[in-house]
Amino acid sequence: MKKPLTVRIGLSTCGIAAGGNKTFARFGEQLTARNLAVDLKKTGCIGLCYHEPLVDILTEDGHVYTYGAVTEDKVPTLIDEHISGGRIVHDLLINDDKSKVTARQVKIALRNCGLIDPDSIADYINEGGYTALKTVLSSMTPDQVSEEITASGLRGRGGAGFPTGLKWRLTRQSPGSPKYVVCNADEGDPGAFMDRSIVEGDPHSIVEGMLIAAYAIGATEGHIYIRAEYPLAIAKMQKALDDADEHGYLGEKILSSSFSFTLKIKKGAGAFVCGEETALIASLEGKRGMPLLKPPFPAQKGLWQKPTTINNVETFANVPWIIREGAKRFAAFGTAKSKGTKVFALAGKINNGGLVEVPIGMPLREIIFDIGGGIQGGKRFKGVQLGGPSGGCLPEEELDTIVDYDELVQKGAMMGSGGMIVMDETTCMVDIARFFLNFTKDESCGKCVHCRLGTKRMLEILELITAGKAAAEDLALLEELASNVKEGSLCGLGQTAPNPVLTTLKYFRHEYEEHITQKKCRAHVCKALLQYIINEKCVGCGLCVKRCPVDAISGERRKLHAIDGDKCIKCGRCVEACKFDAILVE
Amino acid sequence: MSAVCACSEKNGFSYCSIDEVLQKYSCDGNAIIPILQDIQENLGYVPKDCIEYIGEKLSVAPARIYGVVTFYTQFRLTPRGKHSIMLCVGTACHVGGAEKISDCITEELGIKGGETTDDRLVTFEKVACIGCCSLAPVAIVNGETIAKLTPDKTRTVIAELKAD
Ligand SMILES: Cc1cc2nc3c(=O)[nH]c(=O)nc-3n(C[C@H](O)[C@H](O)[C@H](O)COP(=O)(O)O)c2cc1C
Ligand code: FES
Repeated sequence: MKKPLTVRIGLSTCGIAAGGNKTFARFGEQLTARNLAVDLKKTGCIGLCYHEPLVDILTEDGHVYTYGAVTEDKVPTLIDEHISGGRIVHDLLINDDKSKVTARQVKIALRNCGLIDPDSIADYINEGGYTALKTVLSSMTPDQVSEEITASGLRGRGGAGFPTGLKWRLTRQSPGSPKYVVCNADEGDPGAFMDRSIVEGDPHSIVEGMLIAAYAIGATEGHIYIRAEYPLAIAKMQKALDDADEHGYLGEKILSSSFSFTLKIKKGAGAFVCGEETALIASLEGKRGMPLLKPPFPAQKGLWQKPTTINNVETFANVPWIIREGAKRFAAFGTAKSKGTKVFALAGKINNGGLVEVPIGMPLREIIFDIGGGIQGGKRFKGVQLGGPSGGCLPEEELDTIVDYDELVQKGAMMGSGGMIVMDETTCMVDIARFFLNFTKDESCGKCVHCRLGTKRMLEILELITAGKAAAEDLALLEELASNVKEGSLCGLGQTAPNPVLTTLKYFRHEYEEHITQKKCRAHVCKALLQYIINEKCVGCGLCVKRCPVDAISGERRKLHAIDGDKCIKCGRCVEACKFDAILVE
Repeated sequence: MSAVCACSEKNGFSYCSIDEVLQKYSCDGNAIIPILQDIQENLGYVPKDCIEYIGEKLSVAPARIYGVVTFYTQFRLTPRGKHSIMLCVGTACHVGGAEKISDCITEELGIKGGETTDDRLVTFEKVACIGCCSLAPVAIVNGETIAKLTPDKTRTVIAELKAD
């Protein structure tokens, strides 16, 4: 084996949560203590979150050995064996799994994530960073830039899928100055984390994308709106802005051209609706984030009433690649109407939870089973929620649907941000609908009556159903309310809030009916419908009696115990405590 | 900056620290959100009593500031506990069993999401997604992300906070 040169550790939020900082510190100590001349490097998230903490060992011939689950206690072994001894630690090596997961992927937006040090502008430049900006400033007119983006077929990755090149041209043509560029890094869809990952792992790609957009539309000022729940992303972006400034990529007369551009971070303050572009602009202006009626679109009247282009993080991250590699290469991926790749965040009951980037048009089945590794614990797939609270839930029969803006909408779901929450037989679809409605009810800004009250009424019905107190005709009322909320709301939040209810009603109606007529929750989630029963496996050890917080369990020692259903609060502690599988939940 | 704070410490906070923040943003009425964020960062919350004061300094109606404070979930009008537990209740965490963890915290501390224990030891908040969905369920305890929570793990964490 060739000599190890570099140790690279993934320190995005996911890596840190799994203990990556401790692993990093341990490597630092041990490499110094043993006087080993090996570089220690930080990087972002490569997407294999289920293997975190991840450690790459790079050898002088360029080979990368990737180790998974390297908690700090494994560091000495890894150093002794691999770095000092030149022997691979097979127990931790995940190269095979990694190539299986990455084989079907095409990384454009995520091209640098997990490979470079996000704090190093030199690393970014080394990978061809800022060459697209140079090309644009030295040899393209603003219109040529928009045309190139239009030719690539790039559509907005923040949800709606509006053609990016067209948006830029419209902003340029709108009267009014100054013009603004805004990056939407609010990432409100709970369950999506690709924007966080790109900001944390490759912030300069967004800066460069925004610079190119600014040149194309004629803007001199830009803002990046990052949600406050992402403190690491904010720190990485601030470092990137400082370095870009120092290297002359931001500020006055960039790269000796006549083009000037300044860029600032604005921290969000925790409101889902602020991801909606007009609400985001209101928030940037220091107001409550209330959406406005469109038109006028931000391209006409945006920030401070001036023409503004607002794009998503992933959209911007694609831009430098398109300029560098050409629109044709980008458009070679994807379907007739949706070009390029899309990043998806796989989470829920899936084996390989993490980020994947695939050509648009790949069937859901391939993403979830071939790349995502299928369902945890060998359980059965039940559904996948696409597009978050605005999206829909698709069942097993629809797994051959391809991911494409228009196809998904046709099925009642949507591309949205690209969050994919995979659910198995232990997930209750009525509970999921209730969960999303509860979310949108809380996040409704309150401007439109249908959205403010309609979602609340819908939630109340769903609560009745999950409590086993609903009547059959409540389903019709739920459907009526859903269509009213869709029609009576001004912004996308209210217009799409009923989607999770409508799709679960469409594909999983039998579960709703079971709750109502049989008072049964097949997934054992809805507490009110559950019963805890002790069976004959019970040996009378009394462990459950001690754990029960409400003294609902009684019985003589070494004899079969029983649960008093009236007292039981269904907390599940007895099940956790029992060593004999003697407590059944029905 | 003067070495000694001239103003008295009223209502448990000093107006000096607020003045400093206002000066940093040149009393710009459009910078309400970052101003409030900075105040909260310094004091741990936005004291109700300072809203009128800020309004006067920024020439903005206090009602507008109050509207902003209550609109955004980030802002708190009450002081926080010594320790903080932020439990994610986003989709992935919900599917992964966040409700069980929430019940467990409530049982151990006797408080619901959004509340602080009477002894001001712990503040328990619920947040929607911290971007760690593939390691669900997750919580941020005193700034540190804890992944793949179980009720047992949660009880251990809380016991450690209580022992402090
Ligand atoms: C309720 C709601 C929430 C949204 N949240 C986000 C978000 O978190 N991030 C995002 O990029 N776009 C979000 N959008 C979409 C934006 O309004 C806008 O379409 C997008 O930022 C435009 O950028 P793009 O063309 O690059 O996708 C949201 C829309 C709605 C209606
Ligand atoms: S849903 Fe909990 S971290 Fe994303």
